[in-house]
Amino acid sequence: MAWDRNQMAARAALELEDGMYVNLGIGIPTLVANYVGDKDITLQSENGMLGMGPFPYEGEEDPDLINAGKQTITELPRTAYFDSATSFAMIRGGKIAAAILGAMEVAENGDLANWMIPGKLVKGMGGAMDLVAGVKRVIVVMDHTNKHGESKVLKACTLPLTGTGVVDRIITNLGVLDVVEGGLKIVECAEGVTEDELRAATEATIVN
Amino acid sequence: MQKIYGSAAEALDGLVFDGMTIAAGGFGLCGIPELLIDALVESGVKDLTIASNNCGVDGFGLGKLLDTKQIKKMISSYVGENAEFMRQYLSGELELEFNPQGTLAERMRAAGAGIPGFYTKTGVGTQIAEGKEHKDFNGETYILETGLFMDLSIVKAWKADETGNLVFRKTARNFNPPAATCGKVCIVEVEEIVPNGSLDPDHIHLPGIYVNRIIQGEHEKRIEKVTTRPRETAAE
Repeated sequence: MAWDRNQMAARAALELEDGMYVNLGIGIPTLVANYVGDKDITLQSENGMLGMGPFPYEGEEDPDLINAGKQTITELPRTAYFDSATSFAMIRGGKIAAAILGAMEVAENGDLANWMIPGKLVKGMGGAMDLVAGVKRVIVVMDHTNKHGESKVLKACTLPLTGTGVVDRIITNLGVLDVVEGGLKIVECAEGVTEDELRAATEATIVN
Repeated sequence: MQKIYGSAAEALDGLVFDGMTIAAGGFGLCGIPELLIDALVESGVKDLTIASNNCGVDGFGLGKLLDTKQIKKMISSYVGENAEFMRQYLSGELELEFNPQGTLAERMRAAGAGIPGFYTKTGVGTQIAEGKEHKDFNGETYILETGLFMDLSIVKAWKADETGNLVFRKTARNFNPPAATCGKVCIVEVEEIVPNGSLDPDHIHLPGIYVNRIIQGEHEKRIEKVTTRPRETAAE
């Protein structure tokens, strides 16, 4: 047993507090918006929008209104639009409280790799490098292991980095870990996962 | 001062040359200068260096200039939506300079503001920082990035008045304002040119001083990823 995508998103949503301005990455992080409940959270989309609404109803899509994942979205009564330079000024300026991002690898010192696999996958970093450098708190949501069963929570990243020492908290299908002095600290295990199972699936150093 | 031209081809007249550098607005397929891209294809200009967040998709947007092999180099943050791009890049036919998205936007903004370089934390400790000057401020390390001074800017806005004052619409604004400012010449294509006085001066997103030539035309405005929610959840 472990958390599925939606349970991981629901767990990540607990990280968000009333009044926060938050940037959600592509993939599981996008699902976090479904679990914020009554909390007053303003979602930033780095292509130039604060106050992102839900997906539109069929037939109401607007080609001029998309999120950073290029999906059609809607606006809210509080929405503001701005250009890309202004968008990243607020990101670099430390105005965004938290970013929830996907990852290919995370290391015990908070290093993050999520933008390329040399020779195979060359898509680009998009806004991820700016986000991890500028946002106050960086939370990674990802599967604990890859499709070969190998840990993605490592002593050191093997892929090109997105940022160094930038990750604060890791939420995976197996549990929640914090980046602390000397390694990672287990915050909680996912439902049905024992601490031993979590440790066994983690290559990184776990400190008590 | 006549800024309005009859077509994209006329607006490009005298401005294009092989090996030139172009900044293009747009994010994905949203707010891209479709008409000017088509006219660049028609012009046959070669060896272009284009700074744009993305490179369109196969057969649309800047992807059209890839199909005709008119692009020598792209400066982009994300190019994952385009199989032909990947093919040309991996085979060595196309050069690619990855810039973090905020760095790309700021490089354009800086050039437009006459700023040749700026320091940023973005990319410190990554491949992006290799070979760049590092400098500490208040105990934090930053890298030097340069302004992106380009030969030509091609952008898309919603409305322009006859002076070139621009209004954008929703997230189609994106890279268009910074891209507009960093070229020696800026051509804008709009959905509607309105008479001077019709736009509220307090609601201009980009003043006409940045705009040299304006064209009006029909835009396909293709959607990259149509994403909807079911009507049943309308209650919330």
